[in-house]
Amino acid sequence: MEEAPHGAAGSGPSQRSVELGTALLTLLFGLIVVYGSWKVGFGWGADGPQAGFFPFYVGLIIVGCSLINLLSALREDPRVLFAEWGQLGQVLKVLVPTTLYCLAVEPLGIYLPSILLITVFMKWLGKYGWGLTAAIALGVPAAFYLVFEKWFLIPLPKGPIEALLGL
Amino acid sequence: MLDNFLNLWHGFYIAGDPFNLLLMVVGILLGVIIGVLPGLGGANGVAILLPLTFSMSPTSAIILLSCIYWGALFGGAITSVLFNIPGEPWSVATTFDGHPMARQGKAGEALTAAFTSSFVGAFVAIIMITLVAPLVASFALQFGPAEKFAVYFLAFCSFIGMSKEPPAKTIVSMMIGFALAAVGLDMVTGQLRLTFGFEELLNGFDFLIAVIGLFGIGEILLTMEEGLEFRGKAAKIDAKVVLRTWATLPKYWATSIRSCIIGCWMGITPAGATPASFMAYGIAKRVSKNGKNFGNGEIEGVVAPETAAHAAGTSALLPMLALGVPGSPTAAVLLGGLLIWGLQPGPMLFVEQKEFVWGLIASMYLGNLVGLFVVLTTVPLFAAILRIPFSIIAPVILVICAIGAYTVNNNVFDVVMMLVFGVIGYVLKKTSYPLAPLVLAIVLGDSAEEAFRQSLLGSGGSISVFWSNPLVSTIMALGLVAGFWTLISGAIARFRVAQPA
Repeated sequence: MEEAPHGAAGSGPSQRSVELGTALLTLLFGLIVVYGSWKVGFGWGADGPQAGFFPFYVGLIIVGCSLINLLSALREDPRVLFAEWGQLGQVLKVLVPTTLYCLAVEPLGIYLPSILLITVFMKWLGKYGWGLTAAIALGVPAAFYLVFEKWFLIPLPKGPIEALLGL
Repeated sequence: MLDNFLNLWHGFYIAGDPFNLLLMVVGILLGVIIGVLPGLGGANGVAILLPLTFSMSPTSAIILLSCIYWGALFGGAITSVLFNIPGEPWSVATTFDGHPMARQGKAGEALTAAFTSSFVGAFVAIIMITLVAPLVASFALQFGPAEKFAVYFLAFCSFIGMSKEPPAKTIVSMMIGFALAAVGLDMVTGQLRLTFGFEELLNGFDFLIAVIGLFGIGEILLTMEEGLEFRGKAAKIDAKVVLRTWATLPKYWATSIRSCIIGCWMGITPAGATPASFMAYGIAKRVSKNGKNFGNGEIEGVVAPETAAHAAGTSALLPMLALGVPGSPTAAVLLGGLLIWGLQPGPMLFVEQKEFVWGLIASMYLGNLVGLFVVLTTVPLFAAILRIPFSIIAPVILVICAIGAYTVNNNVFDVVMMLVFGVIGYVLKKTSYPLAPLVLAIVLGDSAEEAFRQSLLGSGGSISVFWSNPLVSTIMALGLVAGFWTLISGAIARFRVAQPA
């Protein structure tokens, strides 16, 4: 974890551009909400306010406040950094395996991806030996299996491997 | 009044059941672990463990979960003092003097002072809840939909006025929560809205998934960016240190009382705990004889914010119980739990579910007492947990979050949803959009919308219904004052400067 950040130190996206991006995204979100509410009707129906009534105004407020945020972001100092590229690299090192993990739960169940996730973290980021890695990577999911499935009787998602083992 | 004491006595009988006492100890221990680990805090810890309580009786379940909450509050002090890392925003003020004390080798004293003042703050707040909550609840029984909406309005306006983030950002974050709550089936008309044809969105967004993603995954990403290395101070607490510190604490009775009052007062309004801790610290610094030494390891600088933060954190449960409006994200998750157990939070709870309410209140007394002893005896253990390297802890926490997200609805899609919320949480936090209002809005969105539409139905669509009687007008006016508080206090300050008295 303590390896030197790759990429030039001191450079990275500016806080200003990220703030602008966030404000634009919330603006887009607000417009989607307004459009969705407009589609189901935001007026006054035969039996009172229609389904889109409340979210329509919520969407309008999001649009309004996003514009304010957009303007105040424009006035920000463009030299302030959001994060250095190296720091963002660190974040991606967590985010990419985690994304693959979350997507793998559907086809493979929770156990195999959990073992792989812990192994990847400990070997790749932590540089631990195989012994400790295997102990934790197998031990933690096994503990969850006992606590959830045996003790609290809550089934967790399983895939083809568990089916082969007859669990 | 006497009635309440009989009820409370009966509540002690329920909470004192051996099984429930065991749950308290388990809850406190889990809570402290959750409080000291990065990526797990009170709110998402309770959210993850919520599904495990579905098979328990609601009273046992709330005792377990509220004890996790107390434990997490205690745990925040450990990371602040030993590692200079505030686990929760309201522990920030504790680091000012707590960590310098630890560096001077007085970690034991600092922790004893922190835990004891936390206990005192919480205890005073619980007494306040015992006396005030039934009154508020019986008062709130007269509320119609307009008053209900006015209370929600007040709660959300206090967020805008109290938070240190720009108001427009707080409002955007809050309204995103309301919009997410509105997705799916509309309860009144039975129409689908904002789903845009995606079947996964039929049931809307579950706030538990949002909490686990925003606070859990988002926090892990933030921690990773900082490349966190724990460089903590060792802590040893033995009976001698505890007794020696306890002997010095009564000296600070004035600070304690002041912080309790600040905490109880600020805690009732949402987002109160963090400003309460800073306010208590600031006032103690100004008033105290040793004020100049604050920041260099003054024990009074630990007592003041810890007392206030815990008094506030505990009082946050008052509006949740009596009005159905939670004062903090964790209280919001507990409120969501009530709904899942089939209990309707709000004033009727005090009438229909006496056993539950008074069992919970009695468990607050016992839980905090148990908590004080548990944390004082187990600090070295938790300090050791903090030394486990992040590359081992992080994947385990990610797995816990994924399991927690799955077990909410036994739905694999929720795991992906959690990740999306995690990335959103990371970006929002980095661009200083507050997350608490977003979560509260998802939890309260449906109720607030229902109250809003019912009031408008009654008045035929006229907004004037929110100013139709003195009660609702007063609450709405308070809400407006709270919402524009930044502007108002600025104006007052300028007025004072212009006319020196």
